[in-house]
Amino acid sequence: MTTDTGIQGIYFDNNATTMVAPEVVEAMLPYFTEQFGNPSSMHLFGNKVGLAIKKARQQVQTLLGAEHDSEIVFTSCGTESDSTAILSALKAQPDRKEIITTVVEHPAVLALCEHLEKEGYKVHYLKVDGKGRLDLEAYGKLLSDQVAIVSVMWANNESGTLFPVLEMAEMAKAAGVLFHTDAVQAVGKLPIDLKNSAIDMLSLSGHKLHAPKGVGVLYLRRNTRFRPLLRGGHQERGRRAGTENTAAIIALGKACEMAMEHMEHEQTVVRAMRDRLEQAIIEAVPYSFVTGDPSNRLPNTANIAFEYIEGEAILLLLNKLGIAASSGSACTSGSLEPSHVMRAMGIPYTAAHGTTRFSLSRYNTMEEVERVIAAVPPIVAQLRKLSPYWAENGPVEEPEKAFAPAYA
Amino acid sequence: MWEYSEKVQEHFFSPRNAGAVDEANAVGDVGSLACGDALRLSLQVDPETEVILDAGFQTFGCGSAIASSSALTEIIKGKTLDEALKVTNQDIADYLDGLPPEKMHCSVMGREALQAAVANYRGEEWKDDHEEGALICKCFAIDSVLIEETIRNNKLTTVEDVVNFTKAGGGCSACHEGVEEILTRVMAESGQTFQPSAPAPVAVAIPTPTAKMTSVQRIRKIEAALDAIRPNLQRDHGDVELIDVDGKNIYVKMTGACAGCQMAAVTLEGIQECIINELGEFVRVMPAELMPRAERAHG
Repeated sequence: MTTDTGIQGIYFDNNATTMVAPEVVEAMLPYFTEQFGNPSSMHLFGNKVGLAIKKARQQVQTLLGAEHDSEIVFTSCGTESDSTAILSALKAQPDRKEIITTVVEHPAVLALCEHLEKEGYKVHYLKVDGKGRLDLEAYGKLLSDQVAIVSVMWANNESGTLFPVLEMAEMAKAAGVLFHTDAVQAVGKLPIDLKNSAIDMLSLSGHKLHAPKGVGVLYLRRNTRFRPLLRGGHQERGRRAGTENTAAIIALGKACEMAMEHMEHEQTVVRAMRDRLEQAIIEAVPYSFVTGDPSNRLPNTANIAFEYIEGEAILLLLNKLGIAASSGSACTSGSLEPSHVMRAMGIPYTAAHGTTRFSLSRYNTMEEVERVIAAVPPIVAQLRKLSPYWAENGPVEEPEKAFAPAYA
Repeated sequence: MWEYSEKVQEHFFSPRNAGAVDEANAVGDVGSLACGDALRLSLQVDPETEVILDAGFQTFGCGSAIASSSALTEIIKGKTLDEALKVTNQDIADYLDGLPPEKMHCSVMGREALQAAVANYRGEEWKDDHEEGALICKCFAIDSVLIEETIRNNKLTTVEDVVNFTKAGGGCSACHEGVEEILTRVMAESGQTFQPSAPAPVAVAIPTPTAKMTSVQRIRKIEAALDAIRPNLQRDHGDVELIDVDGKNIYVKMTGACAGCQMAAVTLEGIQECIINELGEFVRVMPAELMPRAERAHG
């Protein structure tokens, strides 16, 4: 995409959403036109569509390493998958009134849990340390026959930090507790083998892996007790009623096939671009640091805190140069709440507000990385000139004391 | 992405008066916890005339915080301290051709920095008395603190009350769940339970009419009721016009700022109440657009 001023845009915001792969668009287009049939219909218009959905289901199954293709339930998005999983566990086990999750989950899980608390459920929020890591001992102590479900994300969307979901699922299984993981950031970026895991349910979202928006999957291990969110039809074996979003499902199948083919690329080439970007920026910009756990995270994500400046201002200046990234700053969230992930990791607010996330994909190039490396340091310097925490060449002495405004 | 006006963008990309003023004799530091923004305003004030000779800002904050700071310095330069103190946050927002509702607090921060700087110059202590809560109503930029206080002070018990007293929830109504939560919390403080389904009957006592009025008398009474309301509407740059009276249905046209206002429905309810009181009988006040088609064609 080019900007208003004709600069070729650089898209480094792939944890927010991704470009639909051209091959994926090509695969889905016929299902808007000649293949418009309803897969439930008896006639030939529907039959071919039904077969195409079957193929897509197998493509998803392969990427997830699921044992059966009937364990794949198509939904409308990651959020629906998350809600379906958690609400199903509560409905199917009415005697269990507790949920275990983490403080750094996506709002798709957190906001639902907060709502369930109002309805009388007890929610345990696992804390994280300064690098965003969980305390498994504390987790183990919470597992009991009162817990209906554990829901822990596979990879954090902001810092990219990976959680030990395989181990946590084994612990839950040993305690007889259902385990769900929101894996929307992990699927397609990490090899996944569900058949050899203890994970009962997993959510994924199409638009995070180069399929279109409006389609997701709930993986549901065979024999997991389940109660549907939507009733009203036999689609998805009665587990998710509603006429299938056929074009998007077929697109998701194709995107999963391509993600499988590019897994190696993601782990090597994309990782190398991310590492180059991160190291060069940290070197060039004083008072900046990487957030999360650099040794254990997604290969495509770099979350860098620029101290003493604010993220939205950084994004606006990057955007002027055609560079797309995102921020944990309060002002970019729409809710004016600073990132709950950065706060949970104990990052001081003068740094948390300046966190900037660069998330890459296989469609990025090393040339783009170099352009961003050149663009960032002057932007940071320009904004620091305006900052009351910044003197000529570094932060003012004892910044917290030198500038201690009256807070409301 | 926020929808920033051209003016906001221009002041963000090319801020005026950035940096501290070298010979500053007034400094104001303020911050807003709601968004982590902080602003230092430094002024050079002529001790004889109290005219602001120079103004500079240093801001840790988002695009609109930087633009608001820049606008503030432009507005106050050349003014006396007393003149400058009359600048409101709305003046700052207007100077920038408006700010998104979520960002209005950036302009508030600008006004507060000015107050703090003037207090600093005069050797007074400035205290921030402005408490800010989470933004609840996005249509009218009303935050939770204001809603809570209004509920508490006026003993409100329904969402309709909150709409009438604060305007919060009077637009798209998407925040009604949030308003109900605040009602539940605040009412619990005094041991009350919020009843979401409380049948809030429009408590309009209908006086018994003394004798049957003629159509002309009725219309005169209706006009009198509208005249009584009119000053309130005109204060908000709006007006109301009587279009037709058809039995119990009274059709009016909202004009000026009232036309298309998100509060029009609430305003119509208020007008209806006044007319009912004046006439002593139940009537329904409706916008003229709802008049039956044939009548409109003939009328």
